[in-house]
Amino acid sequence: MADDTKTKAPPLTPFIKTTAEGEHYLSGSRCQACNEIFVGERTVCAACCARGKMAAVRLADTGKVYAYTIVERSFPGVKTPFVDVTVDLDDGAHIKGTLEGIEPVMAAIKFDMPVKVAFREAVPINTPGQPYLTYVFVPA
Amino acid sequence: MSDVYIVGVDMIKFGRFPDRTVPDLAAEAALLALDDAGLTIKDMQALYCGNLGQASGMVGQRLLAEIGQTGIPVTNVANACATGATAFRDGWMAIKAGVYDLVLAVGVEQMGKGLLGGGGAVSTEGLIGSGTMPAMFAQIGMEHTRKWGTTFEQFAKVSVKNHHHSTMNPKSMYRVETPLEQVMQSEMISYPNTKLMCSVNVDGSAAAVLASEATVKRLGLMDRAVKIRTSVMSSNPFEERQMAMPDFTVATRLAAKWAYESAGVGPEDLNLVELHDCFATAEIVHYENLGLCADGEAGRMIDEGATALGGRIPVNVSGGLLSKGHPLGATGIANIYEVATHLRGSAGQRQVEGARLGLTHVVGGGPGMGTACAIHILEKV
Repeated sequence: MADDTKTKAPPLTPFIKTTAEGEHYLSGSRCQACNEIFVGERTVCAACCARGKMAAVRLADTGKVYAYTIVERSFPGVKTPFVDVTVDLDDGAHIKGTLEGIEPVMAAIKFDMPVKVAFREAVPINTPGQPYLTYVFVPA
Repeated sequence: MSDVYIVGVDMIKFGRFPDRTVPDLAAEAALLALDDAGLTIKDMQALYCGNLGQASGMVGQRLLAEIGQTGIPVTNVANACATGATAFRDGWMAIKAGVYDLVLAVGVEQMGKGLLGGGGAVSTEGLIGSGTMPAMFAQIGMEHTRKWGTTFEQFAKVSVKNHHHSTMNPKSMYRVETPLEQVMQSEMISYPNTKLMCSVNVDGSAAAVLASEATVKRLGLMDRAVKIRTSVMSSNPFEERQMAMPDFTVATRLAAKWAYESAGVGPEDLNLVELHDCFATAEIVHYENLGLCADGEAGRMIDEGATALGGRIPVNVSGGLLSKGHPLGATGIANIYEVATHLRGSAGQRQVEGARLGLTHVVGGGPGMGTACAIHILEKV
């Protein structure tokens, strides 16, 4: 699950960013009025409604599992089972994703288990042959 | 402002009708509700029509083309799983505002089988978690487990109860008992929700005729009227985790607070509740969200049978979305039909004895979308 820094694949979601050096990270915004942190870029704070107070930030690459499930049945063409998690990042942001590098059984996963962000190429079910750069979580 | 009453309300038996059209399904419920009121479409001053699947298809006008084009204003409504309740509430508001005295609200949906959720140009399913509804409500259940230790078995008991209730409802899609072992051993979709703990995708429609107090009296309809004690809606107020995990709790709690305040009643005054059991896990969290029990008590509540017919506060005696079925746009009015039927004392075998006050709740939304919640409190006249 080593990060692929050579990929030319487009990001699967707009908040996956790549530095000039080819390093991937998750981007976010922090409100300078109320300190709320968001995944992705935005201009108005959904928490306190402040305008013009959003600062772009690089989100933490570590966090803890808040809630999880094993998806045994998904849309046709999606490989199951996989682990669907909501992660509280260590900077206070909340983000959903897939937890990899662990057996997809309930007994293997615990609330608050530490995870870290990794990046890899993946082919969505509805874009055959076209890989995208996605993020995943792996046990820290 | 006038009080507003339901004077006619009905639903079709939910099922799968691939050979029928959406306006045709809507027309059947509309005529049933009009017949229940002893009125005709010519008496209606406005139509509020809820549908999701053909939200841009002017379903309300096409419905009138089936049952009579009188030229009345039509408002077509789409608002996730609160679609039908939103149409109903728009009618209520119009009468409250004094614009009309007599209106028709209809909810209708024609659905395929399979999982709901997803959408979007490039699918992220499996790569950035899951956008399926069962997974979303699995995590909501797991959050309850995290906080209160709620067990798989407790969630499963919701499905046992609602399937049992549905055996007494001739308008339910399914009417089959599902013992606990069967619920727990059916196909796991997303833990802890097995297939029997997911609501049923069905086709359906429901409709209601709403009237101002003066009109109810003028038409001599008070003997069949049900009073709308309050009608409230909310969207999801900001909650920090909701971008990762769609939130149905904060919106429901906000709507419940407004509903109880505006009706001047509390959850302890209710005789029955139809709440949004789109998944077994959802019903558990909504016991607490609607104040039917204290936070952390929902697991015990299902264990003790408090929400079964005959219990302290029967919930989803219709069979709920889990067994009666969940035709998205129709669900909100179908719930109103159920509660109104009990308040009229005509629910037959599943009648909640002595029902005077009932609550209906729907809440819908999805990943990255937000939430629509509607609550109605209805009162026996």
